[in-house]
Amino acid sequence: MTATGTVHDYELSHLRALEAEAVHIIREVVATFERPVLLFSGGKDSIVMLRLAEKAFWPARIPFPVMHVDTGHNFPEVLEYRDRRVAELGLSLVVASVQDDIDAGRVVEDTRPGASRNRLQTTTLLRGIEEGGYDAVFGGARRDEEKARAKERVFSFRDDFGQWDPKNQRPELWNLYNGRHRKGEHIRVFPLSNWTELDIWQYLADEEVEIPSIYFAHKREVVRRDGMLMAVNEFVQPFEGEEPFEALVRYRTVGDATCTAAVESAATSYAAVITEVAATRITERGATRADDRISEAGMEDRKKEGYF
Amino acid sequence: MEILRFATAGSVDDGKSTLIGRLLYDSKAIFEDQLESIDRTSRQRGEELNLALLTDGLRAEREQGITIDVAYRYFATPKRKFVIADTPGHVQYTRNMVTGASTADLALVLVDARKGIVEQSRRHAFLASLLRVPHLVVCVNKMDLVGYDEEVFEAIKHEFRAFATKLDVTDLAFVPISALHGDNVVHRSANMPWYEGSSLLHHLEEVHIASDRNLIDVRFPVQYVIRPRDDAHHDYRGYAGQVAGGVLKAGDEVVVLPSGFTTRIAAVETMDGPVAEAFSPMSVTVRLEDDLDVSRGDMICRPNNQPRVTQDVDAMVCWLHDSHLQPRGKYALKHTTREVRALVQDLHYRLDVNTLHRDESATSLGLNEIGRITLRTTQPLFVDEYRRNRTTGAFILVDEATHATVAAGMIL
Repeated sequence: MTATGTVHDYELSHLRALEAEAVHIIREVVATFERPVLLFSGGKDSIVMLRLAEKAFWPARIPFPVMHVDTGHNFPEVLEYRDRRVAELGLSLVVASVQDDIDAGRVVEDTRPGASRNRLQTTTLLRGIEEGGYDAVFGGARRDEEKARAKERVFSFRDDFGQWDPKNQRPELWNLYNGRHRKGEHIRVFPLSNWTELDIWQYLADEEVEIPSIYFAHKREVVRRDGMLMAVNEFVQPFEGEEPFEALVRYRTVGDATCTAAVESAATSYAAVITEVAATRITERGATRADDRISEAGMEDRKKEGYF
Repeated sequence: MEILRFATAGSVDDGKSTLIGRLLYDSKAIFEDQLESIDRTSRQRGEELNLALLTDGLRAEREQGITIDVAYRYFATPKRKFVIADTPGHVQYTRNMVTGASTADLALVLVDARKGIVEQSRRHAFLASLLRVPHLVVCVNKMDLVGYDEEVFEAIKHEFRAFATKLDVTDLAFVPISALHGDNVVHRSANMPWYEGSSLLHHLEEVHIASDRNLIDVRFPVQYVIRPRDDAHHDYRGYAGQVAGGVLKAGDEVVVLPSGFTTRIAAVETMDGPVAEAFSPMSVTVRLEDDLDVSRGDMICRPNNQPRVTQDVDAMVCWLHDSHLQPRGKYALKHTTREVRALVQDLHYRLDVNTLHRDESATSLGLNEIGRITLRTTQPLFVDEYRRNRTTGAFILVDEATHATVAAGMIL
């Protein structure tokens, strides 16, 4: 697809309309904030976000650094991808490490089997933002992911403690965003707010962007836990009674390796993944995130504390 | 595939949540784990499956059974992708409806067939017209409870049309439905053979929206100046922005405001290559033939079709905050990519959204109130009437002390 789309009737395809909206948002931030940073994990949403940032400033380089909140529980394919992509684009990468916060005693790790470092990330994220003096933080969250997110603004204000106050959000009208804040406060910015999981996949396919190999079907040793397929690796060991087996799987989301599950799939191409996503009957978080099954308001509570 | 953005408006009992639930469910946008989750919650409360839980996001909303804020929902059919701005129908209604309607191509107003047109239906229609939502669809819901009676539908349609003549509604459609049973929601209903129009979903898929955008008046607010600091692009100077009106192409003669210098467009481009014609809402980069001093907040347009350059802005405003509009109050004003300070010079009247009565004795505007004001700005703005251009005719006011967004403005 070319950037011009279907010119004759002046219609813009949904992907190009979403792209135009996101590029506008990213440019608006760079024009009005002093120190933006983009959260880049090597996951598909942050890959799309980085692509949009590339487009927003072409032929200039992306004028801000990227930050990875690193739980230490990574898929090696994703870390390798992260470093390669950052080098290709000539970006500076800030790694905020959860291990550092554990070592410094700022957070206490739950070391029981099956525990994840997901919730600890909030402390690390907020420390990373504060140490970098960032006033705008791009996140790849989408409103279709989760119901608390369905109500969050594109420009989401955070107080000195990084907290989200869902009942006191600034009304957001037209394409006029209010990014005003005081020193110490910051704005989370979500350029992908109006994208769905399917849009993300269609856009990646359309743009022919490379993504980490674990998003496509591959053979992997897994155990079945709480109805989900968890890869057996250095972070996830079978519990007693769990029988590891080899399965053909892919990842729908990529997060902390201790709490991100794979789904059975034979999809080895974008086209095949898109067919699967279009037909799926379970949300990506419901299918693959053990951490989101905590409670009805799990995401809302974590967001209030300052989570992504 | 295009995107259609629509705002839904309705109160607690008129079946709005059921209708949204049905649209989402029938288009397979509700997932099994979401259904299980609301089923679990419904059962805990000893209720039957409550589809409204799908649209209630926050803890307080579920606890109190109300909707606090605009929620955005997404679904797609093979023909279109849809973004729903789901606005709640209680006291905060005006603020939320205005927010949701500001970006909507279409507003969907629900009327309970048993109750007919009530105060709130009028208010919904008025706000949709104030925000210049180009298409209005009135869903007469709960037709099953009036025996699918054509006369009930026709009477409501007649009354609504009479009221709508007082408003600026360009496209008005009526669909008799039962959200609960699915009549005329996705498929034409066998229960209402007298209805010859299309189902609601079919209407949403087919309504023509491409020509709603202004393709006549070229308006390009400069958002950001791109200057790569590398040898390959030593003299590159690109003006990045989102087209707010008209069609831009290379070779066009343009004028840059406020300087008034004229030049020609050397290229319209993106990372994907040159763009033959750029139109709203595309985000592009424009290069000019002459080396002019152009910065963020400037406006590129055609010499023979320029926006009004003014420091006196006459506008309808909707107040969005607990703190009242202060006569002689000063606010930060954001209009396109331009930010200035503004002083409230005059409050002409406050409008009663239910009766459309103008109260000229009003001295202030409170939360959810609408009025006509005159502002004086520190710097000139490049404006069009909101009715002509929903981007160059809109602004927000921000409280400089609290940083709250306090008002939405539509320029007259």
